[in-house]
Amino acid sequence: MEFLRPTTWDEALAAKADQPEAVPIQGGTDVMVEINFDVRRPVALLDLTRVAELQAWSLEDGRYRVGAAVPYTTIIEELGGPLPGLAQASRTVGSPQIRNRGSVGGNLGAASPAGDSHPPLLAAGAVIEVESRDRGVRMIPAHEFYLGVKRSALEPDELIRAVHLEPAAGPQYFSKVGTRNAMVIAVCSFAVALHPGEGRVGTGLGSAAPTPRRALAAEEFLRRELDWGARLDPAVLERFGELCAQAASPIDDVRGTAAYRRHAIGVMARRTLTWAWNDYRGKRAA
Amino acid sequence: MRVTFTVNGREECADDVWEGESLLYVLRERVGLPGSKNACEQGECGSCTVYLDGTPVCACLVAAGQAEGRQVRTVEGLADGDRLDPVQEAFVESGAVQCGFCTPGLIVQTHDLLERVDRPSDAEIREALAGNLCRCTGYEKILDAVRLAADRKAATR
Repeated sequence: MEFLRPTTWDEALAAKADQPEAVPIQGGTDVMVEINFDVRRPVALLDLTRVAELQAWSLEDGRYRVGAAVPYTTIIEELGGPLPGLAQASRTVGSPQIRNRGSVGGNLGAASPAGDSHPPLLAAGAVIEVESRDRGVRMIPAHEFYLGVKRSALEPDELIRAVHLEPAAGPQYFSKVGTRNAMVIAVCSFAVALHPGEGRVGTGLGSAAPTPRRALAAEEFLRRELDWGARLDPAVLERFGELCAQAASPIDDVRGTAAYRRHAIGVMARRTLTWAWNDYRGKRAA
Repeated sequence: MRVTFTVNGREECADDVWEGESLLYVLRERVGLPGSKNACEQGECGSCTVYLDGTPVCACLVAAGQAEGRQVRTVEGLADGDRLDPVQEAFVESGAVQCGFCTPGLIVQTHDLLERVDRPSDAEIREALAGNLCRCTGYEKILDAVRLAADRKAATR
C-alpha cells in the first residue's frame, strides 16, 4: 500500500489523476474502519489532512462555501446560525471524538444512504464542488450527486473540494430515528427546509432508499397547496406525510423493517414541517 | 514507512509501519504505550481516545501516516511525574474503575471536557462521554468522578 501526502490542493488533484484508485482519507471514520476490519485493502491512501484549505469555510457572495474537511464540530460551533439543518444533523453524528474528525466531504465520498449530512444538503439545495486535474471544476447539485448505494457522481480522478449552501432563508429541521441519541447510524432520517422567498419547501430522506433523495411529489404538493400566510392545514400536513412516506423505497435490514421506515418517514415529515412552520409563523407574528 | 511524531512531549520514530496501520497500533505495539486500549477498532467505544494536536480523537481511526509531525498526548501523558492528574485521582477515589478497560479513554475525554468547561452540567457530561462505552459500572460512579474532578479543578483555579 502507498501512502500519499499532498500538502496543496493541486498536489492532491495530481495524485488522484495519476492514481485514480487511491482512496482519499480525511477523518478516517469510514475508511479506517474498513481497513481495520480487512474489508478493504486499497492500493494507496490519499491523505488529505495536510491540505489545509479543505478545513476552512468562507462566505463568498452571500453563499457559504464549506471545505470538504471541515469537521462536524466546527459546523456545530460556527455555522449553526446560517446552516441550521446541517448543524442539527451534525450534532447527531457519532460521538464528540467522531465529530472532531468526520466531515461532510467524507460523508459525500462514502455516499452511504445512511449518512447524516445528506438529507439537510438535499433539503437546503446544496451544491457540491468537485474537481479533477484534467477536466477542472464541476458543480453538482446534491440531488444529482447520489447515484446508488455508496455510489456517487464523483469520477475516479475527482476529489470533493467544498459544499456550497445559501444561508437559511427560513427554518430548517432534521430528525433521525435510532436506538440512542448518540453513536447511532440512522434507521432513517428526514430533513426539511423552508424557502419562503420561493414559496417552496425542500425535503431530504435518509436511509430510506438506495440513495438519499428528495420527496419530489411532496415538495410539489406543498408548492401548490401551502398557504404561507395561514396556520398549517391538518389535511395538508397529513398528505405531506403520506407523500414523503411514498417517496421512500426502503429495505428490511438489521436496523429496521421497510414498513417501519416508511411509517417513520411520514411521522418525521409531519413533525419537522410542523416545527418549521411554527418557527416561521412565530417569527412573522413577532 | 517511517513515522515520526511527538508523544507526550517526546519525539518518537517508528519504522516499518504498514501504510494501513492505525495510530493506536503504533502507540501500543511500536512505541510501547499500551494505555490507550484496543477494543472495537471502529470508533464506537472510545477506549483508544487520545489527543491529536490537542483534539480528542479515536486513535484507531487515525492512519499512522496522518500522525506524521503531529503532537499526540495519551493517557500516559496526563500525570505530572508521580502526581496523578485530578481526573485520574477522582476516578480512583470515586470507584469509577472496575475492569479498567474503558478508563483511559474516559479519562482523556473527561480531561478535555474539563479543559473546555469549568462546571459541566450532567447533560454536558453525558454528551461529552457519549462515545465512551463502559460495560461494568453503569456509569453512575463515572459521573461522580467527573463531578468530583470538576469541583477540584474549579477549587484550584
